[in-house]
Amino acid sequence: MLNCKQATRLMSQEQDRKLGLRERVGLRLHLLICSGCTNFNKQMRFIRSACQRIAGGR
Amino acid sequence: MPTTTPADAAAIAALHHDMLRFARLQLRDEQAAEDAVQEAIAAALTSRERYAGRSSLKTWVYSILRNKIIDHIREKTRHPTQSYDEELDGALDAQFNERGHWNKAEQPTTWKRPEQNLEDTQFWRVFDACLNYLPENTARVFMMREMLELETTEICRELAISESNCWVILHRARSRLRLCLEENWFAGEGA
Repeated sequence: MLNCKQATRLMSQEQDRKLGLRERVGLRLHLLICSGCTNFNKQMRFIRSACQRIAGGR
Repeated sequence: MPTTTPADAAAIAALHHDMLRFARLQLRDEQAAEDAVQEAIAAALTSRERYAGRSSLKTWVYSILRNKIIDHIREKTRHPTQSYDEELDGALDAQFNERGHWNKAEQPTTWKRPEQNLEDTQFWRVFDACLNYLPENTARVFMMREMLELETTEICRELAISESNCWVILHRARSRLRLCLEENWFAGEGA
């Protein structure tokens, strides 16, 4: 089972590369049971969308 | 040669202030930022025919600006002044216990409807401050990825760092940014 530290690392990498099947399954399982990491994931996505706004003209 | 209409020239000039802010954020060098913006405006005014209403004028001018900024970064990193070595990030590591789980007090809280804040100028001031608070090399990599929209392979090539190093730096940037926003904006929500 992934711990939160490993999960946060994968959540960040998911924004930069395609995760492998095992990584994806491991992460999704962890998110099912961890509300802290679920929040972290949503917040990562929000930060990306905020940056896209700044990136110009959208 | 097709000339820029006065309306377009005025529209481009109106973007100048925001473009300068954007460039300053990426380059952290006032002179370089001004140069990049001047070059971008000059390029936009002389290549008007290529615009041809494809997207909004702002989007198009910003795409030129992003390329000018990338050129400046490329030039600057030929003579790197700081390393991109992976260092431990104490503040981030301290959020987890010895088994790698969130410490109770550090666990990310729920941010209620965060996208609504994107219309709030106060929020953007805090966001801006949090971005500027990032260490310079961390910020550079993060902004090349999220604002200049480069792939990690391109960033690695420009900065001569490994891809895994790049991912570590991006993770650090995102985590620090998240923590800064939580502490300085969302914490007040009483979630």
